[in-house]
Amino acid sequence: MTNTPTNGKSGNWEPHIVAFFCNWCTYTAADLAGVSRMKHAPNVRIIRVMCSGRVDPQFVLEAFAKGADGVLIGGCHFGDCHYSEGNYKAARRIRMLKRMLHDMGIEEDRFRLEWISASEGDKVKLVVNDMVDKVKALGPLGLPGRFNEWDKEMEHLEAKAGVKEVAHAG
Amino acid sequence: MLDPSASNGTPRIGFYICHCGTNIAGTVDVKAVAEYIGTLNGVVVSREYKYMCSDPGQELIQQDIKEQKLDRIVVASCSPLLHEHTFRTATEKAGLNPFFFQMVNIRENVSWVHTDPVAATEKAKDLARAAVRRVFLHKPLAPKKVPINPAVLVVGGGIAGIHAALTLANAGKHVYLVEREPTIGGHMAMFDKTFPTLDCAACILTPKMSAVKSHPNITLWTYSEVSALEGFVGNYKVQVKRKPRYIKEDLCVGCMECVTACIFKDARFPDEFNVGLSKRKPVYIPFPQATPQVVLFDPETCLQLKKGKCKQTCIEACDRECIDFTQTEEFKDIEVGTIILATGFKPFDPSKTPYYGYGTYPNVYTALEVERLVNASGPTGGEVVLRDGSHPKAVGIIHCVGSRDEKTNRWCSRVCCMYSLKLAHLLKEHTGAEVYNFYIDMRTPGKGYEEFYDKLLKEGVHFIRGRVAEVTDWAMDAKEEGKLIVRVEDTLIGTVRRVPLDMVVLSQGLEPRADAQDVRRLFNISCATEGFFLERHPKLAPVNTFTDGVFIAGACQGPRDIPDTVAQAGAAAAEALALIDAGHIELEPNTAFILEEDCSGCKSCVPLCPYKAISFLEDKKKAYINEALCKGCGTCVAACPSGSIVQNLFEDDQIFSEIDGLLSELAVSGGGRL
Repeated sequence: MTNTPTNGKSGNWEPHIVAFFCNWCTYTAADLAGVSRMKHAPNVRIIRVMCSGRVDPQFVLEAFAKGADGVLIGGCHFGDCHYSEGNYKAARRIRMLKRMLHDMGIEEDRFRLEWISASEGDKVKLVVNDMVDKVKALGPLGLPGRFNEWDKEMEHLEAKAGVKEVAHAG
Repeated sequence: MLDPSASNGTPRIGFYICHCGTNIAGTVDVKAVAEYIGTLNGVVVSREYKYMCSDPGQELIQQDIKEQKLDRIVVASCSPLLHEHTFRTATEKAGLNPFFFQMVNIRENVSWVHTDPVAATEKAKDLARAAVRRVFLHKPLAPKKVPINPAVLVVGGGIAGIHAALTLANAGKHVYLVEREPTIGGHMAMFDKTFPTLDCAACILTPKMSAVKSHPNITLWTYSEVSALEGFVGNYKVQVKRKPRYIKEDLCVGCMECVTACIFKDARFPDEFNVGLSKRKPVYIPFPQATPQVVLFDPETCLQLKKGKCKQTCIEACDRECIDFTQTEEFKDIEVGTIILATGFKPFDPSKTPYYGYGTYPNVYTALEVERLVNASGPTGGEVVLRDGSHPKAVGIIHCVGSRDEKTNRWCSRVCCMYSLKLAHLLKEHTGAEVYNFYIDMRTPGKGYEEFYDKLLKEGVHFIRGRVAEVTDWAMDAKEEGKLIVRVEDTLIGTVRRVPLDMVVLSQGLEPRADAQDVRRLFNISCATEGFFLERHPKLAPVNTFTDGVFIAGACQGPRDIPDTVAQAGAAAAEALALIDAGHIELEPNTAFILEEDCSGCKSCVPLCPYKAISFLEDKKKAYINEALCKGCGTCVAACPSGSIVQNLFEDDQIFSEIDGLLSELAVSGGGRL
């Protein structure tokens, strides 16, 4: 694959993971991990949302489609949601999404949901490191590249079909 | 894609990256990030600066907005939870709508947690690029203003709750003070003296207790608990459960005739206030200065309440006819704008450290028991008589029981050094005994604390540095016969010692209350890992929580002594006052609304809203969001199959552009889609 993502100057492939963290628990926990200088892998880029319930499955699909090798969602523990039940809504939505991703051939370890409370800075570190290790083991997902290949295939098929159609029309 | 409200259709973005001294610049190549971002579409200005949050840093933004006609600002610095407000304000001061600002967290999320400068710089670039993409799509918004109810709920009637309630009431605000126990006063009321001044605890506390009772602005509900809570900052609806005292509270004058008349001639049930060292009757007042001065019946021990069979001599004795055995739980509904939690601590239970013999050897006491024992109104009238009736000639005080210990609690309880010194002084004064302090480190950081320690040294109290291994009655020689022996390594002389004693005092550490988790769930706040309530910021917002309008004071937030507790209670009261006196609260305008023309009327969103903000307009067959009720979680937005719900500040397109921005370097070569 030509578009294998690399990590800057180092040249080796490094996974890109997009994370959606809820403002009240997991984003705060990530801040706490920062304040406590809990060093962890630099592969996760966090997008802050108010609640894990805000995470539209399309965000996850978009991230994979645009080249993410993994997607992580962080919310409050059950019973702790700042909006009382947004995390439950997220949980059931994500269960469905997991099935879809499975059917699409996206490995299970590439998509993760974790409940991390505001005081669990160490859990952010553990989850991030663990996920990075697992995604590293899987290798790049490289959807944008695959799309390119499929597009070419389609063009090829369409061209073929087009010829036929023309012939048929003729 | 571009926002039409921008001056001439093309946004002019200013990007600023903060060094934060070396906090960020030490790991992230800020210059490289600034240069890179400067090449992005729409970025007019890209600068680095040592401290963006400083006045010159903020002025830099404002100057650029004016001179360069910027209409979008992105600052890459610390967490938005810390400085988003600062930069929004700076943006607004230069005449730009504050919501044309986006913040990038490259300190907590990057420089503080990564060590590889290359990877950290790449990550910072990705995050900054995402923010630049996102800010393209920002819209001008106005903060949502809601009125604030000036009444305050204070939960917990210890010294923290009392002080906070009085401060607020004196400022003219109405306070509901809810206390679980039958009286206010908390742990402080149980103490004999306070360190280092040796003020009598009751003498300084009881005037404040009666001030609470008599204050026209305070509604005091003891023997009550908050049972339900809904609403948000400014407008909370609270349900308070009032447990039955079986006494008409407004009639009882605390004459105690019923107590005298009780069918139980002798007190025979453990007295909670004296930590079980004395007995009480089923009908009682916890202690002489209890506030309110109203008796209560204990349903567990009162014959009438437990068995339904009693001569009810108490009723005959009460000429005011206050006794009512038919009383049941009563629920009060109140509305308040702010809440102060002052629910206190739980002393460590020393039965968890069986090697110290509490519960095995009768002459091993907890510090709280000794507080009562040396108190003039305590079970022995202030005479230190041991459980076996003898007077101690040698007393040992073991510090850090349930503190600074991997096996129990890791934290320092902050008060046990000082109260151990105080008890050492009091025990020496009351009994003339030799007093030994077994300590790990002596921690006396406070006004007059070190001087108090000096005073104790001069008084001849013995100090042995070392963690006690065990307390035993196994005598090795005649001298130890019948004594409690403390085995300890004296680390200053480097030897193991056996110290024979008549009385051992365990200085218990401070723990979160057993139901702290339930309470935090009820009030929608967080606990730190050890279980104390979590403050918004450990240094700069120590009494705030992540839930606006809910403040914490005293030992529910962490172990602390009385001066610090009072200071915190005052601070919490001031924070509540600041909200109340502003008259209204500004909320993030992150509410959702429906694009009616796109709504298919499927009703998917309606049951998702926990605030019942979404209704269905039957006439139009469209959903409708009441923005006054919407709290901005965005759950409905994510669920809408037709994409017809928009959340301000978190619009789908804004988040998509953030995702694209994060990954665009990858997609450039790959041409992503979906």
